[in-house]
Amino acid sequence: MENKVAAVKMRNITKTFGNITANDKVWLDIYKGEILALLGENGSGKTTLMNMLSGIYFPDEGQIFINGREVVIRSPKDAFDNGIGMIHQHFKLVDVLSAAENIVLGLREKGKLDLNAVSKRITELCEKYGFDLDPKQKIYDMSVSQKQTVEIVKLLYRGADILILDEPTAVLTPQETDKLFAVLRNMRDAGKTIVIITHKLNEVEELSDRVAILRRGRFVGDMKTSESNAAELTNMLVGHPVTLSIERPEPKDPKKKIEVKHLSVRNIDGILKLDDVSFEARSGEILGIAGISGCGQKELLEAIAGLQTVESGSITYYDENGNPEELIGKDPLEIMELGVSLSFVPEDRLGMGLVGNMDISENMMLRSFRHGKSPFLNRKNPYALAGKIIKDLDVNTPGINTQVRKLSGGNVQKVLVGREIALAPKVLLTAYAVRGLDINSSYTIYDLINKQKEKGVAVIYVGEDLDVLLELSDRILVLCGGKVSGIVDGRSAQKREVGLMMTRVGGAKDGE
Amino acid sequence: MFDLVSFIPRAVVQSIPLLYGSCGETLTEKSGNLNLGIPGVMYTGGICGVIGAFLYEQAVPAAEMKAVFAIGVPLLCSLLGSLIMGLIYCFLTVTLRANQNVTGLAITTFGIGIGNFFGGSLIKLTKSEVPSIALSATHKYFAAQLPFAKDLGWFGKIFLSYGFMAYAAIIIAFITAYIIKKTRVGLELRAVGENPKTADAAGINVSRYKYGATCIGSMIAGLGGLYYVMDYACGVWSNDAFGDRGWLAIALVIFTVWRPNVGVPASILFGGLYILYLFIPTGMLLSVKELYKMLPYLVTLIVLVLTSMRNKRESQPPEALGLSYFREER
Repeated sequence: MENKVAAVKMRNITKTFGNITANDKVWLDIYKGEILALLGENGSGKTTLMNMLSGIYFPDEGQIFINGREVVIRSPKDAFDNGIGMIHQHFKLVDVLSAAENIVLGLREKGKLDLNAVSKRITELCEKYGFDLDPKQKIYDMSVSQKQTVEIVKLLYRGADILILDEPTAVLTPQETDKLFAVLRNMRDAGKTIVIITHKLNEVEELSDRVAILRRGRFVGDMKTSESNAAELTNMLVGHPVTLSIERPEPKDPKKKIEVKHLSVRNIDGILKLDDVSFEARSGEILGIAGISGCGQKELLEAIAGLQTVESGSITYYDENGNPEELIGKDPLEIMELGVSLSFVPEDRLGMGLVGNMDISENMMLRSFRHGKSPFLNRKNPYALAGKIIKDLDVNTPGINTQVRKLSGGNVQKVLVGREIALAPKVLLTAYAVRGLDINSSYTIYDLINKQKEKGVAVIYVGEDLDVLLELSDRILVLCGGKVSGIVDGRSAQKREVGLMMTRVGGAKDGE
Repeated sequence: MFDLVSFIPRAVVQSIPLLYGSCGETLTEKSGNLNLGIPGVMYTGGICGVIGAFLYEQAVPAAEMKAVFAIGVPLLCSLLGSLIMGLIYCFLTVTLRANQNVTGLAITTFGIGIGNFFGGSLIKLTKSEVPSIALSATHKYFAAQLPFAKDLGWFGKIFLSYGFMAYAAIIIAFITAYIIKKTRVGLELRAVGENPKTADAAGINVSRYKYGATCIGSMIAGLGGLYYVMDYACGVWSNDAFGDRGWLAIALVIFTVWRPNVGVPASILFGGLYILYLFIPTGMLLSVKELYKMLPYLVTLIVLVLTSMRNKRESQPPEALGLSYFREER
């Protein structure tokens, strides 16, 4: 890596959207045959910067040099012609087509479309780099990690030399992540240049050769990964020192709050989403729920909140005096009034719980409009609550009367989680509370959850980041394909162990 | 005894307009455009052919008519008429991003209006006694059979007793199926109909594919109207005689799960069901006849139920069907 050749040089790149500057005079070098980690918080402009390299956006100012030659990249096609390919967080694949058909889509090769020849070339590529892919398999039959493989092979098939991956591990299990990293290393060794956009420090340390850091649209610095450490990187990332460990107070006087027994749930298509799930959640304790996305997490929370029809089993709620109450058969409002509160952050963040076109205080009212006797709404209390949440959680908004739709993702989440917590629940169900949030906001949310736990609330926390689950939860319930793969102690569990349980019921198999 | 030898040819001639219509509509829907204007497009295709044939018959005495023009003029007029309808539909839904259902229904109303207006005008011009125009000279050319077909008994009757447009329909259906399934253009067309965003990102011109597929689809469908007048109806145009064949063609698209090659046997089945009441002794009960006429729709409903229950992704409509594509929309 000593005599490095710059594959890409970005000079003075500036990009503004309206009056927001996403990138401000960024200088970035990407060297041939290296894995560069582009690190930054949400909104730091890392995706925007790479989108300019891959032709999605066009820079307002600045120059891009590829292999020493200045180029103008106006469209994804221009990027391809320069050997640049990018894999976005949302895959661009056609579901009903096979892998091979997706890979050749849009390629204007000469001659007849010969899918067998295409498949052969794909297989060769797979063997070269160590992918595992069946060219004839349909996309809708594939797991997320297989779809990602198709995207990578698609770029390689087109002869891309510079691959950009936007948060590639966000949706993968630890095992799949290991596999992806192995493949990426193979590709680097074969001379490809790889950029991964991430905000996970451990990935930077594990995979990358060099790391470049962006903060608020500006380039902060770059360094060799081997010469850096997590604390230093975080300081550069955030701009001031932060402590990186999540607190985990010991549960105080845990008592049974929710007991789920033999719960089975089918979705509309008749597919079994939860299969004989049993567990209990205790007050003053955080029960983490781990699992690959779509393994029944959503159905489980919805069943407890009364939003999902249950096929069989029971969900019992215990009040302060330990009196049991069956939740199945109650409607969501009754369950909410018992003190069970659900804050579910779906992928699009707004889909559940908040109304985008209403302002913050009106969204507070969604939970309180039934209270009070007069036919008119009480607007004062929600307004005060909105003000309090904005202050306490440091919500970045022009005002209380701003439509929620206009806030950035992290702030929307703070509003949602803040509102649910303000209900002073006995049981707090949260899913993906920190989805897509940067480090600072995430820690604010963890703090909030911990405070609830200390108050004696039973918290059920569905998360996608295993590291966080392991640091935050007292116990972890692992779901795999709708079945309980196991319940482990959060303090002693190992990441690999949980990862294996996520992919296979019961966890480790012989030889692994 | 059920008379199969006379039943099959009648089912086939009944099926050809449906095959044209459904083949054109399948091609259109593969691009993500749900053209409910097909009945109007077919009607327009028919009347434009009639206008062309009428003008040619008026201009040239029957004895001096040449086959090339007798067929070519109505054919070109028909293609042009349905192409214009397709272009109107595309301009509204692709360029202006109007709602496809509303636009389609408007096209149907519009097309039938055009047909009836010009049909009525021509009938007035000819000052005929009956409310129809007979273009028997043109019909002769459209219905011409192979000279030896009549000598081949039942074989000739079942396989060779049709005009050239019937065979053309089957060939077009197979070609369309091949293009959709096997070629690069077909692959890109399917991608446009399934996921225009992905297609766009792959460098495919979404609008061009939508325009292309819809206009060619409309032209194919319009031929169904032409065949109906010139061959099936013996060159006789009367207003509203075309009936509900356009809707049946759209039902056929669903029935064939978006495969034009399946459309060949399926349209013959539909044609058979459509005329089954003529072959089954129902006595004097007209109501029973009307019940038999329901059969094609009933079968379509059953197919819809079955394909939904099997839940196979390949038998579902294109995913972006009925949705306008706008690149900047998130």
